[in-house]
Amino acid sequence: MLRIEGLTHRYGLTEVLSRVNLSLPAGQTLALVGPSGCGKSTLLHLVAGLLVPSEGRIDSQYRNAACMFQQARLMPWKNAIDNIALGLKARGMPASGRRARAAALARTLGLDDGDLPKFPQELSGGMQSRVALGRALAIEPDLLLLDEPFSALDVGLKLSLYRLLRAEIAARGTAVLMITHDLMEAVRLADRIVMMAPDPGRMVHEFPLERPQALRDDAWVYQTTGTLMQAAEVRLGFGLDEAPAAATPMAEAQAARAAGCAV
Amino acid sequence: MSPASIDTTRPGRLPRAAGAVLGYLWSGWGAIASLMLFCAVWEWGAQVYGSLILPGPLETVQRLAAMFAQGDARPELAISARRALTGLGLALGVGSLLGFVAGRSLTAAIISRPLATVLLGMPPIAWLVLAMLWFGMGDATPVFTVFVACLPVVFVGALQGARTLDGGLRDMARAYRLPWRMTLTDLYLPHMASYLFPSWVTALGASWKVVVMAELLTTSDGVGAALAVSRAQLDTPTSMGWILAVLGLLLAFEYLCLEPLKRTVERWRVS
Repeated sequence: MLRIEGLTHRYGLTEVLSRVNLSLPAGQTLALVGPSGCGKSTLLHLVAGLLVPSEGRIDSQYRNAACMFQQARLMPWKNAIDNIALGLKARGMPASGRRARAAALARTLGLDDGDLPKFPQELSGGMQSRVALGRALAIEPDLLLLDEPFSALDVGLKLSLYRLLRAEIAARGTAVLMITHDLMEAVRLADRIVMMAPDPGRMVHEFPLERPQALRDDAWVYQTTGTLMQAAEVRLGFGLDEAPAAATPMAEAQAARAAGCAV
Repeated sequence: MSPASIDTTRPGRLPRAAGAVLGYLWSGWGAIASLMLFCAVWEWGAQVYGSLILPGPLETVQRLAAMFAQGDARPELAISARRALTGLGLALGVGSLLGFVAGRSLTAAIISRPLATVLLGMPPIAWLVLAMLWFGMGDATPVFTVFVACLPVVFVGALQGARTLDGGLRDMARAYRLPWRMTLTDLYLPHMASYLFPSWVTALGASWKVVVMAELLTTSDGVGAALAVSRAQLDTPTSMGWILAVLGLLLAFEYLCLEPLKRTVERWRVS
């Protein structure tokens, strides 16, 4: 369980997050959606312990968190297999054991044996993302923090990485906190979507998605994304309307419910 | 590729290492050609000015061989090498460590940078005078002068290396809770190596220059002292022989020790 209460964060005098409350139980996937500059990344860095909050508290019972960042952030001087095994090395696992485990994981992630001794600069962007995902999954995390790791990938690659990720989450009951500005990605993966708005970064609305993962086919994803895009909170958050008063929140909520998305 | 081997896509560790060594030695031809060109210019100078002013390469090599045969050269070179490498080793250790520590803190970097510039600008001969007053005429004077001449070079290299580490990688290391020793060996050192090696090579050259100068002025043994004697006797071929011996040691140390080490550590960069 992760519980965030009254979290406020400032860089200097600028308030980037204002009184954020959030909880994430085990096994749930929560997507934070919002435009650039709404404090999503800051929130994730705070949860990862990379920043100390100015106010409020973060109470995490997860002991084994793994991170995936916007860029792969692989160590350029380590080959693919040693990059995957990085977290295992940090936990003191002997070299032969961690390499065997990393190699097995790499195969399930679609890396072939010829890629394993290669250095990151010899790998394509998609392969680098697979290695970064492998590094995160290798430590068998109970909490996975995703900072738009797939934003630079093409659609086919995204879908195959989503599948790998979903399989892992389903198998291990990992809690996931993901941030994205891609609403469709959130609809595809998340159990709850939290909409954030900037200046200062705050939460404006929460959309639970109750449809089981197995039933989320493309048609449902497109339809739900389209419905959400019309919701007043989403339009407001992304600044889609010049005059926000034009939307009628009740009607949007009705439409969203009809699409299988409880508001 | 034999079908029996498990992994046919890449060569084993040993053949790869052997290939790298052979490739490295083969690349030495370029260096040798460049040195030969230098010798040709030297020979031309020798023919223009005569043996008393500038003995040619052949005469110098013959004199050096004679000095080795008589047993004069080896002990003096050993003494100078000991002093140069002791001072250099201390400077590499202390400079790399201090530079790393200073590079981790912005305040320390700001404070120490002008100090390093001051130290870099201080002529070694000034340190030598001070060292003679502090340590007398023994081993400590050349060792200290080498140390203090090399220290700022290495320090600035390490400082730059530690400062330029990608913040994203540092965050990643913290997020994956790398213990401090692993942060050092798996994150900082591999990155700093690209900054440390050039500074180490510069320091190596400086160490030999400074040790010969220090010995010439202060001690009664070592290459510098032998140079002082040959100069007093107007024995130009012997002087040239000593110079050649020092340069040979310098080249050997750089291309047989530092450069292979650099290639091993930075093989992720070349491939």
